Amino acid sequence: MGLDHASWRVFVLGGLLIGLSVPLIASAVPYTPADDAVILERLPLKPTDRFAAELRSLRRALMQDPNNLALARKLAQSYIKQARLDSDPRYLGYAQAALAPWWEQSQPPAEVRVLRAIVLQANHQFMSALADLDAVLRYEPTHAQALLTRASIQQARGEYDAARKNCAALVRSTSQLIGVTCLAAVASLNGEAQRSYALMQRVIQQSPDMSPDMRQWIESLLADAAARLGDAATANRHYQLALAAAPADSYLLASYADFLLDQGRAADVVELLRERTRADPLFLRLAIAEQMLNLPEATDHAASLDSRFEASRLRGDVTHRREEARFALFLRNDASRALRLAEENWAVQREPADARILLEAALAANAPRRAQPLLKWLVNARMEDVYLTKIAGHIEAFSP
Amino acid sequence: MRKMILFLIALASSLPVYAHKPSDSYLSLKIHGPELQGQWEIALRDLDYAIGIDGNGDGDITWGELRARENAISAYALARLRISSDGALCAKTMDEQMVDTHSDGAYNVIKFTVNCASVPRMLTLGYSLFSDIDPQHRGLLRLDDGVKTRSAIFSPERANQEFTFEPAGVFEQFCDYLRAGIWHIWTGYDHILFLIALLLPSVLQRNRDGWQGVNEVRVPVIDTLKIVTAFTLAHSITLSLAVLDVVRPPSRFVESVIAASIIIATLNNIYPVFNRRRWLIAFAFGLMHGFGFALVLIELGLTPGLLALSLAAFNVGVETGQIAIVCVFLPLALLARQTWLYQRLVMTAGSWLIITVAGAWLVQRAFNLQLVPG
Repeated sequence: MGLDHASWRVFVLGGLLIGLSVPLIASAVPYTPADDAVILERLPLKPTDRFAAELRSLRRALMQDPNNLALARKLAQSYIKQARLDSDPRYLGYAQAALAPWWEQSQPPAEVRVLRAIVLQANHQFMSALADLDAVLRYEPTHAQALLTRASIQQARGEYDAARKNCAALVRSTSQLIGVTCLAAVASLNGEAQRSYALMQRVIQQSPDMSPDMRQWIESLLADAAARLGDAATANRHYQLALAAAPADSYLLASYADFLLDQGRAADVVELLRERTRADPLFLRLAIAEQMLNLPEATDHAASLDSRFEASRLRGDVTHRREEARFALFLRNDASRALRLAEENWAVQREPADARILLEAALAANAPRRAQPLLKWLVNARMEDVYLTKIAGHIEAFSP
Repeated sequence: MRKMILFLIALASSLPVYAHKPSDSYLSLKIHGPELQGQWEIALRDLDYAIGIDGNGDGDITWGELRARENAISAYALARLRISSDGALCAKTMDEQMVDTHSDGAYNVIKFTVNCASVPRMLTLGYSLFSDIDPQHRGLLRLDDGVKTRSAIFSPERANQEFTFEPAGVFEQFCDYLRAGIWHIWTGYDHILFLIALLLPSVLQRNRDGWQGVNEVRVPVIDTLKIVTAFTLAHSITLSLAVLDVVRPPSRFVESVIAASIIIATLNNIYPVFNRRRWLIAFAFGLMHGFGFALVLIELGLTPGLLALSLAAFNVGVETGQIAIVCVFLPLALLARQTWLYQRLVMTAGSWLIITVAGAWLVQRAFNLQLVPG
């Protein structure tokens, strides 16, 4: 009863494969918990939370009176704020539901139109969002919210001239503070990083009583500018001030985590994000940090990210391409997939981080030629960023 | 104004970080004839937002709290899924509730059965789960018709979707019914036992000392042929009559008479009456076995327009299964016919054993009891 050598090998291999696939299958199989006391899910907002209670009573009031525009706007605004704080798109859907009576209208009231634009841009439907904002601003050229939202979309798409015009209109219309900051944010990416840093520094010194949210916004812009200019110590100081100013949202945390990763401070990233595994961008940075430190959790976390990206692919969602490209490059060593995703992403949005992943992927995939359009664009935009410059240098050295 | 400005700033740099997983549900439907098996996985978070499942309001959802809302959840969800087959609405019944874990948290799993009036050629699904509270919710469907699996995404803009199924080719259907026929005769022990009981004496002849082996091979082969032919002829007649709805005796009566037929055929081996005329028994009771086959075929469902084909295929399947049994039985019987084992043990003890089993079937079929499997 002897198995020959080849049979043994097949046998062992088969056993291994089955053994390995069991946990994968097991995670997707429905089960019946053994005990009534088993906790299945923790809700993100505790019902006792003050904000949750406020949302609940607003929602109840709106259910009684669904065509009450003021109520619907208030609820939608609260949800959008929560969506941003938690980086949780479910709240955007709730906001859309609150605006349901007006959502499908071609000419809804201006306030609804602005909120609709904000929800649309979050889903990367930039063109529809801009169409709404344009319509609002045609009738009301000084609408602050519309101006600022349009400026931020244009800035993210790398349309700096257009963004600057909106910021200038903002300065003239309502709040000088917001308008100036808006201008500085655009200029910082558009060849004026030093000067806009100095300007924002002055703004913050001259307005000691500005709101915490405003302070956080400006400090994070300062941190970002300092990091791109290569002054890590200054950037770090501004990040600390931004984090201290108000409860941090996911956007700020992600940006700070990226800064820490660039500084080789992976352990600090793990410390910062250990509890923030719900939001994909933060979870991604956590997994990258864990991998840099060779922590055992890295494998599980990467697999979990994989299934999240798979889930959004099933849904037909393409808003995660930047994160997915980073995932492919740094956690899956798949440079060609990363490059493809980064290129698709670059066609839609053009922030420094979008440029960076495209350059990194092109370098890793030995495809310097595919970075050329972007390199040209960066020169035209006069973007200042020490990391982009460094990678661009590697690519130039590579090119024949 | 102050409040407005605050809101404004919160959005200032608010571009693309909503990379949290949005709300999805996973719906899978598997088509088995006019019946569909469904499994629907819905996030606990969404269910809590929609109808509240955190009973004690502490922010944690336990299995106990979920179970307490089981009926409310399935009523809420199933009311938001409309399934129609060829234009007629299908009925849904909830079977079981379980839990599953996805990358973004725990999901409630509803297993349910869908009953449609017909085998769907066009299935229409209307999906409206959470469309009123979260228009960005999506329903991700996997639809398996046994041949291939297709997927679809439901959203408020695409809430109603149609799926059409190519009717299976004539050849495939023929094969399906053929297989069903073979399968039925092999797993329906009553038909096998009846046939075996009749065939046992084929290789023997009766004299004063009891059973003796026949010398030539020709006699048993002819005897077997007569019995098998008579049985086939008889059950083909009644199978057709029943399927064409000319006569349909009640199933309990048919099943009971089939059990009785085994007893009578076997008793003839112990107290021989019919001898070489056993094909008469085969024909007479074969009529009742035909009604038995019809019960199975009717349950399988007949394809309208392909009645004759499915009937023929099923019958050919039954014959094939029957011939296979004879081909195994006859050579063995011929080999063993001169032995004491066959002439005494099989013919007497074996016959009594068959009678006992068939007797139990008769009792349980006639009185609707469950004594032995079969």
